[in-house]
Amino acid sequence: MQSHILSIILFTPLVGAFVLLFVPKENKDAIRWIANIFALGGFLISIPLVPMFWAQRFDATQQFKFMEGSANNWIPSIGAGYVLGIDGISFLLIMLTTLLGWVSILSSWTAIESRVKEYYVWFLVLQTGMLGVFMALDFFLFFVFWEAMLVPMYLLIGIWGGPNKLYAAIKFFLYTLLGSVMMLLGILFLYFHHHAVTGIYTFSIPELYKTAPQIPFHAAIWLFLAFFLGFAIKVPMFPFHTWLPDAHVEAPTAGSVILAGVLLKMGTYGFVRFSLPFFPQVLSSTATFLNVTTRGWMIGISLVGIIYGALVSLMQKDMKKLVAYSSVSHLGFCTLGIFALNPAGLSGSVLQQINHGISTGALFLIVGILYERRHTREIAEYGGISNVMPVYATITMIMFLSSMGLPLLNGFVGEFTILQGTFTESWKWAAWAAPGVVLAAAYLLWLYQRVFFGTVTNPKNEKLHDLTLREILTFVPLIIAAFWIGLYPKPFFQILEQPVNQIVLTVRPGYPIPGYPNATPAVNAQAAPVTTPAQIPATAVTAPTAPVAKPAHAAAAAKPKGSF
Amino acid sequence: MFLDHIWLIPLFPAFGAAMMFFFGRRMQKAAVSTVCVGVVVVAFVFACVTVVEYTHFAHGTGQPFEKIVYTWLGSGDAHLSFLKRDGTPAQFNADFGFLLDPLSVIWLLFVTGVGMLIHIYSIGYMAHEGGYYRFFGYLNLFMFSMLTLVLANNYVLLFVGWEGVGLCSYLLIGFYFHRKSANDAANKAFIVNRIGDAGFILGAFTLAWYLGSFRFLDINAAARSGHYLIGDTVLTAAALLLFVGACGKSAQIPLYVWLPDAMEGPTPVSALIHAATMVTAGVYMVARSNAIFVLAPTAMKTVAIIGALTAIFAASIGLVQNDIKRVLAYSTVSQLGYMFLALGVGAFAAGVFHVFTHAFFKALLFLGSGSVIHAVSGEQDMRNMGDLRGRIPTTFKTMFIATLAIAGIPPLAGFFSKDEILWQAWRSADGGFPYLWLIGFGTALMTAFYMARLIFLTFYGQPRMSQEVEHHIHESPKSMTGPLVVLAVCSALAGFLGVPHSLGGSNGFEKFLAPVFERGTEAAIAATEEPHHPAGEEHRKLEWLLMVLSVGAAVVGGGWAYRHYALAGKDYPEPIAVKAPPLYTVLYNKWFVDEAYDYAFTGRRKLGDIRLGAMGAGEASSWFDAKIIDGTVNGAGWSTRAVATLSTWWDKWIIDGVGVNGPAILARMISYPTRLLEWGLVQWYALVMVAGLLGFAVYYVWK
Repeated sequence: MQSHILSIILFTPLVGAFVLLFVPKENKDAIRWIANIFALGGFLISIPLVPMFWAQRFDATQQFKFMEGSANNWIPSIGAGYVLGIDGISFLLIMLTTLLGWVSILSSWTAIESRVKEYYVWFLVLQTGMLGVFMALDFFLFFVFWEAMLVPMYLLIGIWGGPNKLYAAIKFFLYTLLGSVMMLLGILFLYFHHHAVTGIYTFSIPELYKTAPQIPFHAAIWLFLAFFLGFAIKVPMFPFHTWLPDAHVEAPTAGSVILAGVLLKMGTYGFVRFSLPFFPQVLSSTATFLNVTTRGWMIGISLVGIIYGALVSLMQKDMKKLVAYSSVSHLGFCTLGIFALNPAGLSGSVLQQINHGISTGALFLIVGILYERRHTREIAEYGGISNVMPVYATITMIMFLSSMGLPLLNGFVGEFTILQGTFTESWKWAAWAAPGVVLAAAYLLWLYQRVFFGTVTNPKNEKLHDLTLREILTFVPLIIAAFWIGLYPKPFFQILEQPVNQIVLTVRPGYPIPGYPNATPAVNAQAAPVTTPAQIPATAVTAPTAPVAKPAHAAAAAKPKGSF
Repeated sequence: MFLDHIWLIPLFPAFGAAMMFFFGRRMQKAAVSTVCVGVVVVAFVFACVTVVEYTHFAHGTGQPFEKIVYTWLGSGDAHLSFLKRDGTPAQFNADFGFLLDPLSVIWLLFVTGVGMLIHIYSIGYMAHEGGYYRFFGYLNLFMFSMLTLVLANNYVLLFVGWEGVGLCSYLLIGFYFHRKSANDAANKAFIVNRIGDAGFILGAFTLAWYLGSFRFLDINAAARSGHYLIGDTVLTAAALLLFVGACGKSAQIPLYVWLPDAMEGPTPVSALIHAATMVTAGVYMVARSNAIFVLAPTAMKTVAIIGALTAIFAASIGLVQNDIKRVLAYSTVSQLGYMFLALGVGAFAAGVFHVFTHAFFKALLFLGSGSVIHAVSGEQDMRNMGDLRGRIPTTFKTMFIATLAIAGIPPLAGFFSKDEILWQAWRSADGGFPYLWLIGFGTALMTAFYMARLIFLTFYGQPRMSQEVEHHIHESPKSMTGPLVVLAVCSALAGFLGVPHSLGGSNGFEKFLAPVFERGTEAAIAATEEPHHPAGEEHRKLEWLLMVLSVGAAVVGGGWAYRHYALAGKDYPEPIAVKAPPLYTVLYNKWFVDEAYDYAFTGRRKLGDIRLGAMGAGEASSWFDAKIIDGTVNGAGWSTRAVATLSTWWDKWIIDGVGVNGPAILARMISYPTRLLEWGLVQWYALVMVAGLLGFAVYYVWK
């Protein structure tokens, strides 16, 4: 019995977009209400997934849960299928996406006045695209969503953006497209490689996992780089980050929230889901470039990103740009945790991705609120705002503290876990990351001082009204989430435990995790990947009705062979 | 029963803070003070009862009591593992767990006790200030953080309190947020503390990586197990990193710079946070980690030297400052230096004892100075005070007691604790330590001088304030003088808890703490190998001699101040300024350390045209980002466009022009003459025809 919850969550926003098409564009309030109802609905509908997933969080027999569809059911001739499934990592990111989707649509109510209908339609389409990326278990489907997500974002920046919007939109689009093309080449290599090994054409990700170990090292390193470019641009990692500040500065507030909150996570998600399990040999190899191993390079540019992003942030004059560069710094922590390649580092990294979505999403909302009132983001235009907007000042302080990693708020839990994981790999890495924590306090507190403290010196700021109820409402879920993760992160760690351990064991077979089935998982089996009893239940993909897991090759053999 | 609910102690003030957060704006001042002072009183009473219960529990053995409430960081089962240094797996785990042992008992009692008094004092002090609920909310939040800090059972939860007190300190220093100097000081405090915090968490990571746990009891057990040798490199590194954290929080060289500026906050805050409790967190943490430190002699030596240097350095600045609170601030830094000196020479109990006594007399001095400032209409400059002793008698008497205590006049509290430190520094094993005694002795002299100077300038001499101010001088309300009296009693009597053996006491304080500072196998062996000290009668004589010397120093320092300041009128001369003007300039400008830091580390001041430090690096990075990295990206875009433009031109003029349209034009040109014949205009044909016919006709006619 297949559960269709993932499809329901996935397509709710798209249905909303479709419904909106039938509403006359003059009727702006109706459009807003419908869009908000579907956005909230999209979030509410994803909530039943929480208890459902919770019940299976430790289930190590299935790598992916709530699988839907089957391989080859879409375009059988090339082996593409509509296959969805999630593990703890994608589960958390999906919940973040539905939450932030709702928050950002709610925040757009008064900010968007022109072409309202198109705006909400594209926003809802974007939402489906993002959810699809986290759910897809078929590379073809994945790539469709990955690219489909670009277009609405491009339009959101290009139409509803600031003065320099076209430059930013085109830069964003072309830069990310460059990465996607590289990734597409990588995907095609995996696809043909799988055919070469097994004689079967398939885009199914769990199937491709199994043949990945046979990729020769010299090819794997290039594949790793192709995927790396795709993901590093998306994250963005230093030095591929310069599209980000432009896109953020020009994008409408809600666009920035989604861009920082969810879109950037596509890159880190890609590393965790593809780069690590597909090319473990590249990360564990001792081959060097300029005397540094691949893993060393990854760690190195993460560390540079942490400190560099923070330093550039310190000197920004535009609030939004400051927050954008702080994202570079924070995402540096996320990639650092990923390439620490141990349970603490990876768990911390995924948790920090969620935290960054919450905190930085909130920071963009915060900047957006001032921008909507004053139409400027220049820090020098402000000062003494806490006199006129005390509630706003309080909420801002909480979110700033969360962003700089104050204990009992979410950011600390992520950063601490990442640093702990990194430290056990090499104390030097953690020591280099530590200044990032100091600088984060410096740029955020200095920003706070310049905007909120002192007396109101600019007469234009004297009459600013404090937050409306709707605006407060956009922050409430984020603040609750920030405190929840800060005070009681244990459920999050438990949800991440199974997928993270599996990835760690794939990349570093034999990493001692007491109490966890230490058998080398199928993904990594060098000798006979196809006949190893699959820990990843490929059977669920290929033969969803089968009650018991069969060896993968039996199911695979039953499929019609793809041909061109 | 109370012991099992020890986690409630920090939650009482947390509740007060939450109340202020949600409802404070709409509450009356009376309601605010009832709630916020009430929760602290409840916490204090609860703490006292808990301690009584604990003493029954421990039966004098100092056995620690631990209560784990829930798993905080970590998944709660065995799956979030990491590799220790030796390659064996360990669990990443930190609980919301509470630990009560003699060390935390002491902090628990004086934090809640002094905290309660200062809360009561604040009712009067803040009565006419705006943001009343905000102030008490922050104070309650501080109490929550500080109590979490001292009751935590592991380094991570301790860090929660550690950062939490830092946050409250930030919020309260910047309480008058209209003043830029207050905001600058607040930022400085937080950021400098963050540097220490980075050291602290790296130290905690080192311990977890090496010993496999963040939990104090695990770490102590491992460190005392005898598996680790004295001088172990990793443990030394861990101890030094932890000490970096302590330098930040407890204002030691080179991270002390934030504390004097922190005096921008309201005076009760200075008393509570920046004198009695928060700044002693570093001492607490080092004392808590004593099992690690005793295995790391290099770290111990560092602690002792930094402590001694800080003590004398800060005292030297305190000699010439004119702001009453700044004198006390430098005095605090200096006294903290004493405490670290004690820890560094291995006299943990003596260091803790000084924390304990210092909490009373320093809180009293700050609260007293608050009362003085209150009396002279907000004036903080001692040059504009004088002759106040008769007009605010209670404040004067209590502050006088505190001054005697801090100067080390027997039998007040400071005498016992400070002398214990000096004696321990002298007798300590390492040959270099008598020099540390000398530094400590010099500091004692300076302390007596600047404290006496403070008293004489404030309460004696001639009145130097304006008529207007003089007219308004009044003693503070009961809610303020009450706490002063209680603290004065404590400052006078607290020393008797730790009367040393040489004076016929039993040193109960040290005995109480002994289980906490028990040495492990390795360290114990090393301790027995120490060269033996003069024993018995000779030993006692030496201790007495040192005592007499330091009391003498206090008297001399005080007397010198009396000579110069007791009759100070308007424009009184500063003795140091008269005798050594350059020295005075250097001291008055705090050795120019702030300026140097601004040049070198923050980059707020430019060195010529060059900006260094963080801001310099930020500027350079921004330039690099805009010009080089984004330049490359835009360059790639630009060159693509250039190539495209070139291609368009090539396509238009060469391919389409020369290649396609060229032959067409050529054909057209070639065909032009032919075209003339085939124009298609009938009239033209007719014209040509007529012309032809005419031609023929003319030709034939002519011929």
